[in-house]
Amino acid sequence: MYLTDPDPTILAKKMELVDKLLSFLPRDAVIDDPRETLAYECDALSAYRCPPMVAVLPRTTEEVANIVKICWDLDVPVVPRGSGTSLAGGALPTGDSLVLGVARMNETLEVDYPNRLMRVQTGRTNLSVTGEVESDGFFYAPDPSSQLACAISGNIAMNSGGAHCLKYGVTSNNLLAIKMVTMQGEIIDLGGSHLDASGYDLLGIVCGSEGQLGIVTEATLRILHKPEGALPVLIGYNDSEVAGQCVSDIIKAGVLPVAIEFMDRPCIRATDAFSQAGYPDCEALLIIEVEGSELEIEEQLEKIVAIANKHDPVELRRAKNTDEANRIWLGRKSAFGAMGQINDYMCLDGTIPVSKLPFVLKRISEMSKEFGLDVGNVFHAGDGNMHPLILYNANKPGDLETCEAFGAEILKLCVEVGGCLTGEHGVGIEKRDLMHIQYSGDDLEAQMAIKDVFDPKWLLNPTKVFPLDVSAERRAGAKQETAA
Amino acid sequence: MSAVTLAPGSESDVREVLLSEPGPLHIAGGQSRLVATEKKIISTSQLNGIVEYEPGALTMVAKAGTPLSVIKDTLQKENQQLAFEPPEMKHLLSLPGYSTIGGVFSTNASGSRRIQVGAARDHLLGVRFVDGLGRILKNGGRVMKNVTGYDLVKLMAGSWGTLGVITEVSFKVLPIAETQATLRINSCQASILTKAINTPYDVSGTFYDVGSELAYIRIEGFDKSVKYRVEQLLREFSDFEVDILEMEESKKFWHLVNNLEFLKEIKGDLWRVSVKPTDGAKIIEILDPKISFLDWCGGLVWLGVDQGFDVREEMKKVAGHAMCLLGDFEQFHPSSTLEKTLSNSIRNKFDPKMLFNQEILN
Repeated sequence: MYLTDPDPTILAKKMELVDKLLSFLPRDAVIDDPRETLAYECDALSAYRCPPMVAVLPRTTEEVANIVKICWDLDVPVVPRGSGTSLAGGALPTGDSLVLGVARMNETLEVDYPNRLMRVQTGRTNLSVTGEVESDGFFYAPDPSSQLACAISGNIAMNSGGAHCLKYGVTSNNLLAIKMVTMQGEIIDLGGSHLDASGYDLLGIVCGSEGQLGIVTEATLRILHKPEGALPVLIGYNDSEVAGQCVSDIIKAGVLPVAIEFMDRPCIRATDAFSQAGYPDCEALLIIEVEGSELEIEEQLEKIVAIANKHDPVELRRAKNTDEANRIWLGRKSAFGAMGQINDYMCLDGTIPVSKLPFVLKRISEMSKEFGLDVGNVFHAGDGNMHPLILYNANKPGDLETCEAFGAEILKLCVEVGGCLTGEHGVGIEKRDLMHIQYSGDDLEAQMAIKDVFDPKWLLNPTKVFPLDVSAERRAGAKQETAA
Repeated sequence: MSAVTLAPGSESDVREVLLSEPGPLHIAGGQSRLVATEKKIISTSQLNGIVEYEPGALTMVAKAGTPLSVIKDTLQKENQQLAFEPPEMKHLLSLPGYSTIGGVFSTNASGSRRIQVGAARDHLLGVRFVDGLGRILKNGGRVMKNVTGYDLVKLMAGSWGTLGVITEVSFKVLPIAETQATLRINSCQASILTKAINTPYDVSGTFYDVGSELAYIRIEGFDKSVKYRVEQLLREFSDFEVDILEMEESKKFWHLVNNLEFLKEIKGDLWRVSVKPTDGAKIIEILDPKISFLDWCGGLVWLGVDQGFDVREEMKKVAGHAMCLLGDFEQFHPSSTLEKTLSNSIRNKFDPKMLFNQEILN
């Protein structure tokens, strides 16, 4: 992948920038030593690295506003960063950029149970939000796999999902309001503690805009009362088509599980060897979880088991208590780690209509042979969000490129069958050049027009989301305009 | 003067109309909301039909002018529904028209189950529309999880036809619960609604009739589960006088609520106020309206007030917004300056010639 070269005219302003930042920020909040900026050279898409010119760690919204105002005046690109867990390179800096990290902004500002909301600074990690209200019986629903580390700011930028969004939705369905700093340094409140917008849903469009429209410093999140309990059932099939049919039948029967997870044989084998979860060696494994009181769980699991049995499973294991539930989840939760132990891997994130599942799995396995790289599939079956993990060897010249080409073919297939390039990870740099596959020139133009409104100079995370050739004129034009 | 109606039958015909008409144009679906006069109407009535329906994937794709009743009937056959309970607006304004699926989403119209499953905007997965420049645009898709590019779907939901003519929508559907029951609680306090939602019993509707001091709490699901949760809630509210509306009675009650038929008795002006749920009761205390009802745990307030009474002026101390549905006030609540600037710029990008619905959100 091509990474943009730093602009020497911007690099020449580094001293001036640092001086201005230090006029109101403490020394430890401004990182400009090249040995230290290395800490910000990549996110979880670690195949690509580039240290920024400067990194800053503000503590307040006002400090954020002052920082971006300076960058606006000096035409320095700003790359917002939460915890740096993006799998798409959303927080990857360019050499001439300032990384604005919100990690030090991690206060809880308000917890309001009657209105089921809490307001936090966006540097808070996803899991710590639930941690704050858990003892009172509440939780924050979106639960991306990286929830121990990932920040709410990044969740908002990428509109993160998780395993439980079949029932609870993704970030945008659980976000009530934000405080945001625009690239001109203005502070704006969007949304509110009320339930619907009075004009355009600007909150809805900022959520998922990958840090390109503003820097979100505070968020009001929907918190929900925890269900009384939850238990999963594990079902193994020797045919992925049958497993897909089973999922469809369960949904059609009116049962709405909180999670339906699917793993294929390569993934089952790898995770079982790694975690000793005791999974059956079969073509397709489903983990289906339901919630409620003991009696309600019983009622739903009975219906699921009855449907599953009609399809002749090779194994059906129903958890009776938390211990058994944890054992069922153990392998699934360590899937990524297990695959990582075998090899380097690239994790994809396309979504497909659920009915196309058997066809897509068959095609992926054929392509795996064509490209000569192994692939394991683990995904959220209820909503069609796939996570094919392509194994490659980073030390073998050309392997990464083959892996990327294979990945691109899988994503093309997802779009062809009526799905999309990314279900929850975002576009970042990873998929920006594939945007043509899903969107026409006019479609992309319409999206870029939104960025023109919020960030007329294209300084916020400018090299992400849109194909570089498509955004080139805007990125260059904005600079020339200010030079003239 | 009666209006001229253009009813293009395809997306490309919509484009032709938009490229040739100088405007202004009023976009209409089944005309169950506003009556357009003295200007040209572009109607979606001929963009009609369900394009795709996959019950096992919980998704449907339909052309914008498809009547809401057709969508509901089709879903019902598979025991599914639009979970956010979109209202049929015609009952409220006593208009002869009908709601269309495009109208539902472009006004982000949601009913009582909004507190459990989210609003219309949360169920809209994809849109196709033709903007003021005649560009045929698409965003989102027909799958439930999609973060590819900016979420223009959210922008279009609730944009009231000011950014383009929506031609097709794809959306999420959900199963109809096996059964339901409603607790009718005699209480002088509206805060009973937020108490009910803050239990683990998955409440799917809350309504409070201020006049009769009756609260309604709905539970839906499988039979045993509904029985269990009703019992638990009865225990929770053991200090109150409570009776239970079983399945059919319960259904009938929420049908009335979500078709807004209870508002027919309102004489004078009608307002719809959106606030933080616990502020709903505050609004009623401040305004002391003739007639009022609370939905959405108190977050949605329906007010019947004397003609000419300015609700917005009185609710300045409470965060939220008020829409005037019947009365001589501006229909939409004014937004903050910066929000207004951003919104106007966005509108200008999609409709620089101001072809569409000029009087709305202006």
